[in-house]
Amino acid sequence: MVDVLVCVKRVPDSSGQVLLTDDAQAVDARYVGSTLSEHENCAVELAAQLVEADGGTVSLVSIGAAETVEQLRSALAVGAGAATLVETDLRDFGPSDIAHEIAEVVRAHAEAGRTHDLVLLGNDAADTGDFQVPVRLAHALGRPVVTGIRTVSIQDGRAIAHGDAPDGGRETFDLPLPAVVAVSEGGVSPRYPTIKGRMGAKKVEIEMRQPSRAPVGSGRVRLTLPPPTPSSVQVLGEGPEAAPAVVDLFQSLGVLR
Amino acid sequence: MIVVLIETGAEGVTDTSLETLRFARDLAAEGGGVPVHALVVGARPDLDELGKHGISTLYTAGGEGFASYAAAAWAAALIEARDRAGAVVVTAAGTPRGNEVLAHVAARLDVPMAANAVAFDGLSPLVVTRQVAGGLALEEMQLTQRPAVFSVAGHAVEATPADSATEPTVEELAPTLTEADLVARVVSTEPGAPDESGDLKSARVVVGAGRGAGGPEGFGAVSELAELLGGQLGVSRVVTSLGWRPHHEQVGQTGSRIAPDLYVPCGISGAIQHWAGCASSKTILAINTDAEAPMMTKATYAVVGDMHEVVPAIVEEIRRRA
Repeated sequence: MVDVLVCVKRVPDSSGQVLLTDDAQAVDARYVGSTLSEHENCAVELAAQLVEADGGTVSLVSIGAAETVEQLRSALAVGAGAATLVETDLRDFGPSDIAHEIAEVVRAHAEAGRTHDLVLLGNDAADTGDFQVPVRLAHALGRPVVTGIRTVSIQDGRAIAHGDAPDGGRETFDLPLPAVVAVSEGGVSPRYPTIKGRMGAKKVEIEMRQPSRAPVGSGRVRLTLPPPTPSSVQVLGEGPEAAPAVVDLFQSLGVLR
Repeated sequence: MIVVLIETGAEGVTDTSLETLRFARDLAAEGGGVPVHALVVGARPDLDELGKHGISTLYTAGGEGFASYAAAAWAAALIEARDRAGAVVVTAAGTPRGNEVLAHVAARLDVPMAANAVAFDGLSPLVVTRQVAGGLALEEMQLTQRPAVFSVAGHAVEATPADSATEPTVEELAPTLTEADLVARVVSTEPGAPDESGDLKSARVVVGAGRGAGGPEGFGAVSELAELLGGQLGVSRVVTSLGWRPHHEQVGQTGSRIAPDLYVPCGISGAIQHWAGCASSKTILAINTDAEAPMMTKATYAVVGDMHEVVPAIVEEIRRRA
């Protein structure tokens, strides 16, 4: 039996054009819609697989606008049984604020008799890319943490986590529970919700909370977009007839062996 | 005073760490020529090489506690190096390890951290520009607390040597490690196949293939072309999502970021997440049936055509000339 908490964030869908809000403080989701990042979809899937293997429960937590309920419901539909939303305007929140609020939820649940053995997060948020919330959360809770993890299993009350070694190999970590694990996409394939899953997700009552303190912020001044790449493409030809021109190019670039 | 965590691999100091040293030197010069120190854990890189990159002091941490990677232990060593040097800036490459160790440093010292900086602007206050949204947008962030903690994104600057070489002194550190520093450490490592993503990220030539490959059997010619060019095969997200190729070959926002001299995307439309992973390529030759596909308009060179006809013709032409 394992009690898993998965932390998810409502982010703009990055498969469309990235636009900024008028005040240049955030990526604008108005025209592209909102979603969960691939890292977090994989974290939800990993949690579902752990509970299928060992029994237990999957809960979700998110911090953000009231509309984040949409993302919580879609993750509930693929195997989570409970969800908490700390409702706030996320734009004033820095990574330490987000870690602090998640820690508060973990502590509150522990006081109520629900200890989350394993807290899973996405490795980095798809919009703000801070690469630090999992580590800050672990420090706040006094738990061990590993990041960049592709797969996790529970063996004898410990979390066995696999990630990528810097040289392209595979590294294994062996952590005592409770622990914090930051998940990178690619280790598992997120499942699609079943109709039964969707129906069940609609009935879950989402625990609503308020932030426990005023945020300290992130130090953000403003966002900008990189300058567009000017199009100066030179067409070498059409179809297989272009091959000699291509090989000429390879020779001029010095890439032919 | 600046202290840089440097990572090493089979060939010495990694390119991304050398880039970070260059970034740190530029920042040091802006600050009136303050020294740049470095920390290396569990290895002893070539001192002459580090001297060429302008290091004043090389701090080393070794011994049992550093026998295998543990981010919190590395952070303890980096904090000790920072204390010894009196550093006001602590930085590392924006790699998985660099970001992880810096996050521990920032959490322990309760200071902000900026991940993946590409530039800085001014020192008081220090403002760094960093990649957000997978590199599709940039954020200017003020780092007013000390030490300022930030990582440097790969390919943000070129890893050029310093104008004048230094003769680094070596100081060994022996930070006190607690059980908590070592509990999350690597307990075993399996070597990867020689063609895994580490090579993709540093490849001089990458031949890419996307949905246009048509299926798992559609990668023969592109693999052959990659081999003839001494390069690596890279694929788009849809290819790994469909299970046609393994994830470590994926180029893009959530795959590898590549910066080859030549990138040859074949049958890749150039969705924005893919572009985030290949925009640093020096030259791009796109091959696609759709002349209006984003990859075709952003490329340096383009061939309009079906990759299944064009790529074999290129392979044949290379063989004919060889």
